[in-house]
Amino acid sequence: METLTVQIWRGAETGSFASFSVPKRDNQTVLDVVTEIQQRQDQSISYRFACRVGVCGSCAMTVNGKPRWSCRTHISSLKSSVITIEPLKNMPRIKDLVTDMTGFFDKWGQAGNVFESDKTRQDAPAKVDPSSQQRKAANAAIECINCGVCYAACDVVSWNDEYLGPAALNRAWSLVNDERHTGKQDTLVAAMGAGGCSNCHSQGNCMTACPIGLSPTRSIAGLKKMSLFSLMGKQDG
Amino acid sequence: MMTRHRLTISYMAFVLHRLSGIGLICFLPFHFLVLGLGLEGEAALDNMLAYTDQPLIKLGEYILVILFSLHLLLGIRVLIIEWMPWPDRADGQGGLRAGWIFAALGIALILGWIFIDGVIA
Amino acid sequence: MVEARLYILQRLTAAMMAPMVVGHLLTILYATRAELTAATILARVQSSPWLIVFYTAFVVMVAIHAPLGLRKILVEWGRLSTRAANLIALFLFVLFLGMGLRGIWALTGGSISGGAI
Repeated sequence: METLTVQIWRGAETGSFASFSVPKRDNQTVLDVVTEIQQRQDQSISYRFACRVGVCGSCAMTVNGKPRWSCRTHISSLKSSVITIEPLKNMPRIKDLVTDMTGFFDKWGQAGNVFESDKTRQDAPAKVDPSSQQRKAANAAIECINCGVCYAACDVVSWNDEYLGPAALNRAWSLVNDERHTGKQDTLVAAMGAGGCSNCHSQGNCMTACPIGLSPTRSIAGLKKMSLFSLMGKQDG
Repeated sequence: MMTRHRLTISYMAFVLHRLSGIGLICFLPFHFLVLGLGLEGEAALDNMLAYTDQPLIKLGEYILVILFSLHLLLGIRVLIIEWMPWPDRADGQGGLRAGWIFAALGIALILGWIFIDGVIA
Repeated sequence: MVEARLYILQRLTAAMMAPMVVGHLLTILYATRAELTAATILARVQSSPWLIVFYTAFVVMVAIHAPLGLRKILVEWGRLSTRAANLIALFLFVLFLGMGLRGIWALTGGSISGGAI
Protein backbone atom coordinates (compact mmCIF):
# COMPACT_ATOMS: atom_id res chain seq x y z
CA MET A 1 0.00 0.00 0.00
CA GLU A 2 1.14 3.52 -0.81
CA THR A 3 2.04 5.60 2.21
CA LEU A 4 2.19 9.27 3.03
CA THR A 5 5.05 10.83 4.96
CA VAL A 6 3.54 13.26 7.44
CA GLN A 7 5.66 15.78 9.34
CA ILE A 8 3.83 17.20 12.34
CA TRP A 9 5.09 20.06 14.48
CA ARG A 10 5.64 18.94 18.11
CA GLY A 11 6.27 21.45 20.87
CA ALA A 12 5.41 25.11 21.31
CA GLU A 13 7.50 28.08 20.06
CA THR A 14 10.48 25.76 20.18
CA GLY A 15 10.08 22.22 19.03
CA SER A 16 10.66 19.99 16.06
CA PHE A 17 8.87 17.97 13.46
CA ALA A 18 7.91 14.36 14.17
CA SER A 19 7.60 12.12 11.16
CA PHE A 20 4.77 9.62 10.70
CA SER A 21 3.87 7.18 8.03
CA VAL A 22 0.20 6.88 7.13
CA PRO A 23 -1.50 4.68 4.51
CA LYS A 24 -2.70 6.66 1.50
CA ARG A 25 -6.41 6.30 0.86
CA ASP A 26 -8.71 7.28 -1.99
CA ASN A 27 -10.63 9.75 0.08
CA GLN A 28 -8.67 11.45 2.80
CA THR A 29 -8.44 14.93 4.23
CA VAL A 30 -5.58 16.43 6.21
CA LEU A 31 -7.77 16.29 9.30
CA ASP A 32 -8.39 12.57 8.67
CA VAL A 33 -4.64 12.03 8.57
CA VAL A 34 -3.99 13.95 11.81
CA THR A 35 -6.83 12.07 13.52
CA GLU A 36 -5.53 8.72 12.29
CA ILE A 37 -2.06 9.50 13.66
CA GLN A 38 -3.49 10.71 16.97
CA GLN A 39 -5.69 7.64 17.40
CA ARG A 40 -3.34 4.93 16.16
CA GLN A 41 0.22 6.17 16.51
CA ASP A 42 0.69 8.95 19.06
CA GLN A 43 -2.10 9.92 21.43
CA SER A 44 -0.14 12.86 22.85
CA ILE A 45 -0.58 15.02 19.70
CA SER A 46 -2.75 18.08 20.35
CA TYR A 47 -4.90 19.65 17.66
CA ARG A 48 -8.27 21.39 17.39
CA PHE A 49 -11.33 20.39 15.46
CA ALA A 50 -15.07 20.19 16.01
CA CYS A 51 -17.43 19.87 13.04
CA ARG A 52 -15.12 18.17 10.48
CA VAL A 53 -17.12 19.68 7.59
CA GLY A 54 -16.03 23.31 7.23
CA VAL A 55 -18.63 24.96 9.41
CA CYS A 56 -16.91 25.70 12.71
CA GLY A 57 -13.53 27.08 11.62
CA SER A 58 -11.50 25.49 14.41
CA CYS A 59 -9.23 23.09 12.50
CA ALA A 60 -7.16 25.61 10.52
CA MET A 61 -3.48 24.65 10.26
CA THR A 62 -0.48 25.45 8.10
CA VAL A 63 -0.38 22.61 5.57
CA ASN A 64 2.60 22.48 3.23
CA GLY A 65 3.28 26.12 3.98
CA LYS A 66 -0.22 27.46 3.41
CA PRO A 67 -2.87 28.21 6.01
CA ARG A 68 -5.97 26.10 5.32
CA TRP A 69 -8.87 24.25 6.89
CA SER A 70 -7.50 20.76 7.48
CA CYS A 71 -11.02 19.31 7.19
CA ARG A 72 -11.57 20.70 3.70
CA THR A 73 -8.12 20.03 2.33
CA HIS A 74 -8.00 16.75 0.47
CA ILE A 75 -4.67 15.00 0.48
CA SER A 76 -5.02 14.48 -3.28
CA SER A 77 -5.23 18.27 -3.79
CA LEU A 78 -1.78 18.71 -2.23
CA LYS A 79 -0.19 16.66 -5.02
CA SER A 80 2.58 15.49 -2.74
CA SER A 81 3.24 12.38 -0.73
CA VAL A 82 5.13 14.42 1.87
CA ILE A 83 2.88 16.54 4.03
CA THR A 84 4.09 19.11 6.52
CA ILE A 85 1.61 20.24 9.14
CA GLU A 86 2.29 23.19 11.44
CA PRO A 87 0.16 25.43 13.62
CA LEU A 88 -1.22 28.66 12.11
CA LYS A 89 1.32 31.47 11.75
CA ASN A 90 1.10 34.87 13.45
CA MET A 91 -0.26 33.37 16.67
CA PRO A 92 1.61 32.12 19.76
CA ARG A 93 1.98 28.35 19.75
CA ILE A 94 0.62 26.51 22.79
CA LYS A 95 1.28 22.89 21.96
CA ASP A 96 1.76 20.99 18.71
CA LEU A 97 -0.91 22.23 16.29
CA VAL A 98 -2.78 24.33 18.84
CA THR A 99 -2.31 28.11 18.85
CA ASP A 100 -3.36 30.81 21.28
CA MET A 101 -5.99 32.81 19.37
CA THR A 102 -6.55 35.38 22.13
CA GLY A 103 -4.76 38.18 20.28
CA PHE A 104 -6.72 37.43 17.13
CA PHE A 105 -10.05 37.66 18.96
CA ASP A 106 -8.98 40.72 20.98
CA LYS A 107 -8.21 42.57 17.76
CA TRP A 108 -11.64 41.60 16.49
CA GLY A 109 -13.01 43.76 19.30
CA GLN A 110 -10.43 46.52 18.91
CA ALA A 111 -11.61 47.09 15.32
CA GLY A 112 -14.87 48.46 16.73
CA ASN A 113 -16.81 45.30 16.04
CA VAL A 114 -19.61 45.69 18.55
CA PHE A 115 -23.06 45.98 17.07
CA GLU A 116 -25.09 48.78 18.58
CA SER A 117 -28.76 49.44 18.08
CA ASP A 118 -31.34 51.89 19.36
CA LYS A 119 -34.10 49.35 18.83
CA THR A 120 -35.55 46.94 21.38
CA ARG A 121 -37.18 43.55 20.98
CA GLN A 122 -40.52 45.34 20.96
CA ASP A 123 -39.65 47.12 17.72
CA ALA A 124 -40.43 45.57 14.37
CA PRO A 125 -37.43 44.08 12.51
CA ALA A 126 -35.60 46.62 10.37
CA LYS A 127 -36.60 46.68 6.70
CA VAL A 128 -33.36 46.52 4.71
CA ASP A 129 -33.50 46.73 0.93
CA PRO A 130 -31.60 43.62 -0.22
CA SER A 131 -30.61 45.25 -3.51
CA SER A 132 -29.13 48.39 -1.97
CA GLN A 133 -25.43 49.12 -2.41
CA GLN A 134 -24.87 49.21 1.35
CA ARG A 135 -26.62 45.92 1.95
CA LYS A 136 -24.47 44.24 -0.69
CA ALA A 137 -21.31 45.68 0.86
CA ALA A 138 -22.40 44.39 4.25
CA ASN A 139 -22.21 40.86 2.84
CA ALA A 140 -18.42 40.97 3.17
CA ALA A 141 -18.12 39.29 6.55
CA ILE A 142 -21.46 37.53 6.93
CA GLU A 143 -20.01 34.12 6.05
CA CYS A 144 -16.81 34.64 8.08
CA ILE A 145 -16.42 32.07 10.86
CA ASN A 146 -13.26 33.46 12.52
CA CYS A 147 -11.02 30.59 11.52
CA GLY A 148 -7.93 32.83 11.44
CA VAL A 149 -6.66 31.63 8.03
CA CYS A 150 -6.49 35.17 6.59
CA TYR A 151 -4.80 36.45 9.74
CA ALA A 152 -2.16 33.72 9.44
CA ALA A 153 -1.67 34.49 5.73
CA CYS A 154 -1.15 38.24 6.22
CA ASP A 155 2.38 39.61 6.01
CA VAL A 156 1.54 42.90 7.65
CA VAL A 157 0.24 41.01 10.70
CA SER A 158 3.57 39.21 10.94
CA TRP A 159 5.53 42.48 10.61
CA ASN A 160 3.45 44.81 12.76
CA ASP A 161 2.08 43.60 16.10
CA GLU A 162 -0.37 46.48 16.21
CA TYR A 163 -2.11 45.64 12.94
CA LEU A 164 -5.67 44.44 13.52
CA GLY A 165 -5.59 42.11 10.53
CA PRO A 166 -7.91 41.18 7.67
CA ALA A 167 -10.66 39.32 9.57
CA ALA A 168 -11.32 42.09 12.09
CA LEU A 169 -11.28 44.84 9.45
CA ASN A 170 -13.46 42.81 7.10
CA ARG A 171 -16.00 42.55 9.88
CA ALA A 172 -15.72 46.30 10.56
CA TRP A 173 -16.53 46.94 6.89
CA SER A 174 -19.69 44.87 7.20
CA LEU A 175 -20.65 46.78 10.30
CA VAL A 176 -20.15 50.28 8.86
CA ASN A 177 -22.41 49.20 6.01
CA ASP A 178 -25.06 47.74 8.30
CA GLU A 179 -27.79 50.35 8.33
CA ARG A 180 -29.15 49.03 11.64
CA HIS A 181 -25.80 49.71 13.36
CA THR A 182 -25.94 53.01 15.26
CA GLY A 183 -22.24 53.08 16.21
CA LYS A 184 -20.94 53.47 12.64
CA GLN A 185 -18.72 56.43 13.45
CA ASP A 186 -17.13 54.59 16.41
CA THR A 187 -16.50 51.53 14.26
CA LEU A 188 -14.93 53.62 11.51
CA VAL A 189 -12.72 55.51 13.96
CA ALA A 190 -11.51 52.22 15.45
CA ALA A 191 -10.96 50.68 12.01
CA MET A 192 -8.84 53.64 10.88
CA GLY A 193 -6.81 53.90 14.09
CA ALA A 194 -3.11 53.20 14.57
CA GLY A 195 -3.42 49.47 13.83
CA GLY A 196 -6.23 49.96 11.33
CA CYS A 197 -6.94 49.78 7.62
CA SER A 198 -4.19 52.15 6.49
CA ASN A 199 -1.54 49.55 7.39
CA CYS A 200 -2.76 47.21 4.65
CA HIS A 201 -0.64 47.07 1.48
CA SER A 202 -3.25 45.27 -0.63
CA GLN A 203 -1.04 42.22 -1.10
CA GLY A 204 -4.17 40.08 -1.29
CA ASN A 205 -2.76 37.16 0.72
CA CYS A 206 -5.91 37.12 2.85
CA MET A 207 -8.33 36.85 -0.05
CA THR A 208 -6.18 34.27 -1.80
CA ALA A 209 -6.07 32.13 1.36
CA CYS A 210 -9.69 32.49 2.52
CA PRO A 211 -11.26 29.00 2.34
CA ILE A 212 -14.65 30.42 1.38
CA GLY A 213 -13.45 33.11 -1.02
CA LEU A 214 -14.16 36.21 1.03
CA SER A 215 -12.14 39.30 0.19
CA PRO A 216 -10.89 41.26 3.18
CA THR A 217 -8.62 43.15 0.74
CA ARG A 218 -11.69 44.58 -0.92
CA SER A 219 -13.31 45.45 2.41
CA ILE A 220 -10.16 47.14 3.69
CA ALA A 221 -9.98 49.11 0.44
CA GLY A 222 -13.55 50.21 1.19
CA LEU A 223 -12.54 51.30 4.69
CA LYS A 224 -9.57 53.24 3.26
CA LYS A 225 -11.84 55.05 0.83
CA MET A 226 -14.28 55.78 3.64
CA SER A 227 -11.47 57.10 5.86
CA LEU A 228 -10.36 59.36 2.99
CA PHE A 229 -13.81 60.87 2.61
CA SER A 230 -14.32 61.12 6.34
CA LEU A 231 -11.04 62.97 6.97
CA MET A 232 -11.34 65.20 3.91
CA GLY A 233 -14.89 66.06 4.92
CA LYS A 234 -13.80 66.98 8.40
CA GLN A 235 -11.05 69.27 7.17
CA ASP A 236 -13.58 71.19 5.10
CA GLY A 237 -15.97 71.59 8.02
CA MET B 1 10.59 38.06 5.23
CA MET B 2 9.31 35.66 2.64
CA THR B 3 7.63 32.36 3.26
CA ARG B 4 6.41 29.77 0.85
CA HIS B 5 2.72 30.54 0.88
CA ARG B 6 3.28 34.20 0.10
CA LEU B 7 4.76 33.66 -3.33
CA THR B 8 1.62 34.79 -5.13
CA ILE B 9 1.82 37.18 -8.07
CA SER B 10 0.28 40.01 -6.05
CA TYR B 11 2.87 39.43 -3.32
CA MET B 12 5.66 39.66 -5.88
CA ALA B 13 4.12 42.92 -7.09
CA PHE B 14 4.21 44.24 -3.55
CA VAL B 15 7.87 43.28 -3.11
CA LEU B 16 8.87 44.81 -6.46
CA HIS B 17 6.97 47.98 -5.63
CA ARG B 18 8.67 48.26 -2.26
CA LEU B 19 12.17 47.42 -3.47
CA SER B 20 11.89 49.85 -6.39
CA GLY B 21 10.82 52.50 -3.89
CA ILE B 22 13.86 51.81 -1.72
CA GLY B 23 16.11 51.98 -4.79
CA LEU B 24 14.65 55.35 -5.83
CA ILE B 25 15.06 56.75 -2.30
CA CYS B 26 18.75 55.78 -2.31
CA PHE B 27 19.25 57.54 -5.64
CA LEU B 28 17.31 60.70 -4.78
CA PRO B 29 20.01 62.51 -2.70
CA PHE B 30 22.61 61.95 -5.45
CA HIS B 31 20.22 63.25 -8.08
CA PHE B 32 19.62 66.41 -6.06
CA LEU B 33 23.35 66.84 -5.40
CA VAL B 34 24.12 66.67 -9.12
CA LEU B 35 21.47 69.30 -9.85
CA GLY B 36 22.97 71.41 -7.04
CA LEU B 37 26.30 71.41 -8.91
CA GLY B 38 24.73 74.10 -11.04
CA LEU B 39 25.45 76.48 -8.17
CA GLU B 40 29.16 75.99 -8.85
CA GLY B 41 28.75 76.92 -12.48
CA GLU B 42 27.95 75.32 -15.78
CA ALA B 43 31.38 73.71 -16.00
CA ALA B 44 30.86 71.70 -12.78
CA LEU B 45 27.63 70.28 -14.19
CA ASP B 46 29.27 69.49 -17.53
CA ASN B 47 32.13 67.74 -15.73
CA MET B 48 29.65 65.58 -13.87
CA LEU B 49 27.77 64.78 -17.08
CA ALA B 50 31.05 63.77 -18.70
CA TYR B 51 31.92 61.63 -15.68
CA THR B 52 28.57 59.79 -15.85
CA ASP B 53 29.22 58.89 -19.48
CA GLN B 54 30.65 55.46 -18.69
CA PRO B 55 29.13 51.99 -19.03
CA LEU B 56 28.73 51.17 -15.34
CA ILE B 57 26.88 54.42 -14.60
CA LYS B 58 24.73 54.05 -17.72
CA LEU B 59 23.83 50.58 -16.46
CA GLY B 60 22.83 52.16 -13.16
CA GLU B 61 20.71 54.73 -14.98
CA TYR B 62 19.11 51.95 -17.03
CA ILE B 63 18.14 50.18 -13.81
CA LEU B 64 16.83 53.47 -12.41
CA VAL B 65 14.59 54.04 -15.44
CA ILE B 66 13.15 50.55 -14.93
CA LEU B 67 12.68 51.06 -11.19
CA PHE B 68 11.05 54.45 -11.80
CA SER B 69 8.58 53.09 -14.38
CA LEU B 70 7.88 50.01 -12.30
CA HIS B 71 7.21 52.02 -9.15
CA LEU B 72 4.89 54.30 -11.11
CA LEU B 73 2.87 51.51 -12.72
CA LEU B 74 2.66 49.28 -9.65
CA GLY B 75 1.69 52.37 -7.66
CA ILE B 76 -1.16 53.13 -10.07
CA ARG B 77 -2.27 49.52 -9.58
CA VAL B 78 -2.44 50.05 -5.81
CA LEU B 79 -4.48 53.22 -6.32
CA ILE B 80 -6.85 51.34 -8.61
CA ILE B 81 -7.24 48.48 -6.11
CA GLU B 82 -7.89 50.84 -3.24
CA TRP B 83 -9.95 53.58 -4.85
CA MET B 84 -11.74 52.11 -7.87
CA PRO B 85 -14.74 49.77 -7.82
CA TRP B 86 -13.92 46.06 -7.75
CA PRO B 87 -14.91 43.86 -10.68
CA ASP B 88 -17.24 41.00 -9.79
CA ARG B 89 -15.36 38.02 -11.10
CA ALA B 90 -16.48 34.49 -10.33
CA ASP B 91 -13.28 33.51 -8.48
CA GLY B 92 -13.27 36.79 -6.56
CA GLN B 93 -9.61 37.43 -7.51
CA GLY B 94 -10.26 40.03 -10.23
CA GLY B 95 -9.73 42.91 -7.83
CA LEU B 96 -6.02 42.14 -7.52
CA ARG B 97 -5.47 43.18 -11.15
CA ALA B 98 -2.87 40.52 -11.87
CA GLY B 99 -2.80 41.49 -15.56
CA TRP B 100 -1.66 44.96 -14.60
CA ILE B 101 1.44 43.49 -12.93
CA PHE B 102 2.60 41.78 -16.12
CA ALA B 103 1.83 44.90 -18.13
CA ALA B 104 3.86 46.98 -15.66
CA LEU B 105 6.85 44.66 -16.00
CA GLY B 106 6.59 44.70 -19.78
CA ILE B 107 6.26 48.48 -20.09
CA ALA B 108 9.11 49.08 -17.62
CA LEU B 109 11.40 46.82 -19.66
CA ILE B 110 10.38 48.52 -22.90
CA LEU B 111 11.08 51.98 -21.43
CA GLY B 112 14.43 50.70 -20.17
CA TRP B 113 15.21 49.47 -23.66
CA ILE B 114 14.24 52.82 -25.21
CA PHE B 115 16.56 54.52 -22.73
CA ILE B 116 19.52 52.25 -23.38
CA ASP B 117 18.92 52.45 -27.12
CA GLY B 118 19.04 56.23 -26.91
CA VAL B 119 22.28 56.11 -24.90
CA ILE B 120 24.05 53.78 -27.30
CA ALA B 121 22.87 55.63 -30.42
CA MET C 1 -6.03 58.97 13.35
CA VAL C 2 -2.45 59.98 12.52
CA GLU C 3 -1.90 56.74 10.64
CA ALA C 4 -4.98 57.28 8.46
CA ARG C 5 -3.96 60.87 7.72
CA LEU C 6 -0.43 59.87 6.74
CA TYR C 7 -1.84 57.08 4.57
CA ILE C 8 -4.06 59.56 2.75
CA LEU C 9 -1.18 62.02 2.35
CA GLN C 10 0.94 59.26 0.84
CA ARG C 11 -1.74 58.14 -1.63
CA LEU C 12 -2.71 61.70 -2.60
CA THR C 13 0.88 62.66 -3.36
CA ALA C 14 1.17 59.39 -5.30
CA ALA C 15 -1.90 60.20 -7.38
CA MET C 16 -0.71 63.75 -8.06
CA MET C 17 2.81 62.61 -8.93
CA ALA C 18 1.70 59.88 -11.36
CA PRO C 19 1.29 62.23 -14.36
CA MET C 20 4.42 64.12 -13.29
CA VAL C 21 6.44 60.92 -13.28
CA VAL C 22 5.19 60.18 -16.80
CA GLY C 23 6.36 63.65 -17.83
CA HIS C 24 9.71 63.21 -16.12
CA LEU C 25 10.23 59.79 -17.70
CA LEU C 26 9.49 61.15 -21.16
CA THR C 27 11.90 64.03 -20.50
CA ILE C 28 14.62 61.53 -19.49
CA LEU C 29 14.07 59.47 -22.63
CA TYR C 30 14.05 62.61 -24.79
CA ALA C 31 17.01 64.28 -23.08
CA THR C 32 19.32 61.28 -23.37
CA ARG C 33 18.60 61.11 -27.10
CA ALA C 34 19.20 64.83 -27.53
CA GLU C 35 22.46 66.52 -26.59
CA LEU C 36 23.04 66.10 -22.85
CA THR C 37 24.97 69.16 -21.69
CA ALA C 38 24.54 71.65 -18.89
CA ALA C 39 23.56 74.31 -21.39
CA THR C 40 20.71 72.28 -22.93
CA ILE C 41 19.43 71.23 -19.50
CA LEU C 42 19.42 74.81 -18.25
CA ALA C 43 17.79 76.10 -21.41
CA ARG C 44 15.05 73.46 -21.12
CA VAL C 45 14.32 74.05 -17.45
CA GLN C 46 14.33 77.82 -17.85
CA SER C 47 12.24 77.80 -21.01
CA SER C 48 9.02 78.29 -19.10
CA PRO C 49 8.16 79.46 -15.59
CA TRP C 50 5.57 76.68 -15.53
CA LEU C 51 8.35 74.11 -15.62
CA ILE C 52 9.77 75.63 -12.46
CA VAL C 53 6.35 75.39 -10.82
CA PHE C 54 6.17 71.79 -12.07
CA TYR C 55 9.55 70.79 -10.63
CA THR C 56 8.94 72.61 -7.35
CA ALA C 57 5.64 70.80 -6.86
CA PHE C 58 7.36 67.55 -7.84
CA VAL C 59 10.10 68.04 -5.24
CA VAL C 60 7.61 68.94 -2.48
CA MET C 61 5.51 65.85 -3.20
CA VAL C 62 8.41 63.45 -3.46
CA ALA C 63 9.76 64.84 -0.18
CA ILE C 64 6.45 63.89 1.42
CA HIS C 65 5.84 60.62 -0.42
CA ALA C 66 9.22 58.91 -0.16
CA PRO C 67 9.83 59.32 3.60
CA LEU C 68 6.26 58.16 4.33
CA GLY C 69 6.86 54.99 2.36
CA LEU C 70 10.20 54.41 4.03
CA ARG C 71 8.58 54.98 7.42
CA LYS C 72 6.42 51.89 6.97
CA ILE C 73 9.35 49.86 5.69
CA LEU C 74 11.41 50.81 8.74
CA VAL C 75 8.64 49.62 11.06
CA GLU C 76 7.73 46.47 9.13
CA TRP C 77 11.07 45.23 7.82
CA GLY C 78 13.44 47.20 10.04
CA ARG C 79 11.48 46.46 13.22
CA LEU C 80 11.96 50.05 14.39
CA SER C 81 9.47 51.64 16.74
CA THR C 82 6.91 53.95 15.12
CA ARG C 83 8.50 56.81 17.04
CA ALA C 84 11.97 56.16 15.66
CA ALA C 85 10.57 55.72 12.15
CA ASN C 86 8.67 59.00 12.50
CA LEU C 87 11.87 60.86 13.40
CA ILE C 88 13.81 59.38 10.48
CA ALA C 89 10.94 60.16 8.09
CA LEU C 90 10.74 63.74 9.35
CA PHE C 91 14.51 64.16 8.95
CA LEU C 92 14.37 62.80 5.40
CA PHE C 93 11.44 65.06 4.55
CA VAL C 94 13.45 68.13 5.55
CA LEU C 95 16.57 66.78 3.83
CA PHE C 96 14.85 65.91 0.54
CA LEU C 97 12.89 69.15 0.52
CA GLY C 98 16.03 71.20 1.17
CA MET C 99 18.21 69.34 -1.33
CA GLY C 100 15.50 69.28 -3.99
CA LEU C 101 14.70 72.98 -3.75
CA ARG C 102 18.44 73.71 -3.79
CA GLY C 103 18.70 71.68 -6.98
CA ILE C 104 15.91 73.64 -8.62
CA TRP C 105 17.45 76.89 -7.43
CA ALA C 106 20.75 75.83 -8.95
CA LEU C 107 19.13 75.23 -12.32
CA THR C 108 17.01 78.36 -12.36
CA GLY C 109 17.99 81.21 -10.11
CA GLY C 110 21.47 80.31 -8.93
CA SER C 111 24.88 81.49 -10.02
CA ILE C 112 24.52 80.31 -13.61
CA SER C 113 21.09 81.71 -14.21
CA GLY C 114 20.69 83.26 -17.59
CA GLY C 115 18.12 85.53 -16.05
CA ALA C 116 15.27 83.85 -17.84
CA ILE C 117 12.79 84.34 -15.04
